[in-house]
Amino acid sequence: MGGLSGRRIGAMVLRHLYVLRGSWPRVIELAYWPTMQMIIWGFLTVFLATNSSWIANAFGILLSAVLLWDVLFRGQLGFSMSFLEEMWSRNLGNLFVSPLRPIEHVLSMMAMSLIRTLVGVTPAALLAIPLYHYSVFELGLPLVAFFANLLIMGWAIGLMVTALILRFGLGAENLAWFVIFLLAPVSAVYYPVTVLPDWLQYVAWALPSTNVFEGMRALLLTETFRPGLLANAMLLNAVYMGLGVVIYLYSFKLARQRGLLLQIGE
Amino acid sequence: MSSPVIKVDSLTKRFDAVTAVDGVSFSVAAGATVALLGGNGAGKTTTISMLLGLLLPTAGGITVLGQDMLRHRHRVLPRMNFSSPYVDLPHRLSVRENLTIYAHLYGVRNTRRRIARMAEDLDIDRLMKQRTGSLSAGQKTRVALAKALLNEPEVLLLDEPTASLDPDTADWIRGYLETYRDRTGAAILLASHNMAEVERLCSDVLMMRQGSIVDRGPPGELIRRYGRTNLEEVFLDIARNRQRGALDGLSPALEGASD
Repeated sequence: MGGLSGRRIGAMVLRHLYVLRGSWPRVIELAYWPTMQMIIWGFLTVFLATNSSWIANAFGILLSAVLLWDVLFRGQLGFSMSFLEEMWSRNLGNLFVSPLRPIEHVLSMMAMSLIRTLVGVTPAALLAIPLYHYSVFELGLPLVAFFANLLIMGWAIGLMVTALILRFGLGAENLAWFVIFLLAPVSAVYYPVTVLPDWLQYVAWALPSTNVFEGMRALLLTETFRPGLLANAMLLNAVYMGLGVVIYLYSFKLARQRGLLLQIGE
Repeated sequence: MSSPVIKVDSLTKRFDAVTAVDGVSFSVAAGATVALLGGNGAGKTTTISMLLGLLLPTAGGITVLGQDMLRHRHRVLPRMNFSSPYVDLPHRLSVRENLTIYAHLYGVRNTRRRIARMAEDLDIDRLMKQRTGSLSAGQKTRVALAKALLNEPEVLLLDEPTASLDPDTADWIRGYLETYRDRTGAAILLASHNMAEVERLCSDVLMMRQGSIVDRGPPGELIRRYGRTNLEEVFLDIARNRQRGALDGLSPALEGASD
């Protein structure tokens, strides 16, 4: 009975796919906000391109930023939502007396986060091509690296948010929606990190997202791929993921000590 | 008596200053059905939660199917299962979807065949496509029991298995559990407030009050010892802290009962 079970992880992914399959509004909702964001920022880009040499030099800079920001946001939200679904349906008691291991549960939430993010962001990215004649896919292989790093950062934050929800119950569920926006100003999503005050730049560079967005701008403005930024992002993600897993497992143990797994629900 | 499949030794759970379970010891043999009885707050659910690993004990040990549950619960969980009216299956999923997921989680072979068998046995065939949230209390109980028996568990823990069921359905469930136990030799530990159910199903009863086991024995023996005509009267004696044998001058009821 030793190791991880792909079948159990698959079962948990299937559980959430069943929910999505049974609710088209949920699927549409996943894609709705990224698409709306892209449309608004796309028109803004069209306007600014005629008034700003910075934008004119790299037309897709805002569109790429908005799409990649959604990867981070959807990645974290997709992770946290999978956990919240179990709390809303008072299913945690059944899950955690089954052979499902906490780490398998975490892996299934990561898989669902990836699926939700792809479902949410892909239509927006594709729609940008006919609407604005801009394809984020032209970023090439670095796009995969940007995507992966932002997704992993989303998982790390998702783990920490989930740990807090496990500890404080559904009273803390709103964290899943807004906590990521605390990081938005210092992630240098739409502007260079140098815009920030000096002291805040130290905070910014400690985030994988800042490294990704700076790397993205370097690629679009100077057509230079900066592997150092990517390496920073990966290293920071490793630290945050490790921290997230430790916090989640500690919170799970605390929940077992305090009997929280049976008490939480709608 | 065969070797115990559940062995609980000096199990204790404290929540800050409150001792919810206080040094409880008992064992359950294969093929036996044992009831945990007691009023609200007696410690039944806390004990079951610790047996399942949902709650960590403050002290004491739990061995299930020869494995230390505190260290190796994942070795045993595929051979156990659990049902409680206070834990739901996802409401938005159909009955079939829920059973499919849990069959995979428990590593059930021939998933479709097993689910079809459970559906037939528990008379839920016609509910399979319905959303679990749309079912009546009785239907939900049968679906929860189907989930609890999917992996044909050797150890089955049930929290109020017939709560909120009409007498006919409750009687049917009890019959089904008896048949299952006799066929598989499974050990069943149940918490219940239904004394008739306990008298019918259980070979042994553990009477709990304020976190301790205050008396134990087969239902018939307890009734005889307390000089009562049914288990409900025994339950009331214990819950209200009346002494055993008050009517016939026997020794105080609960002396030495929590060993």
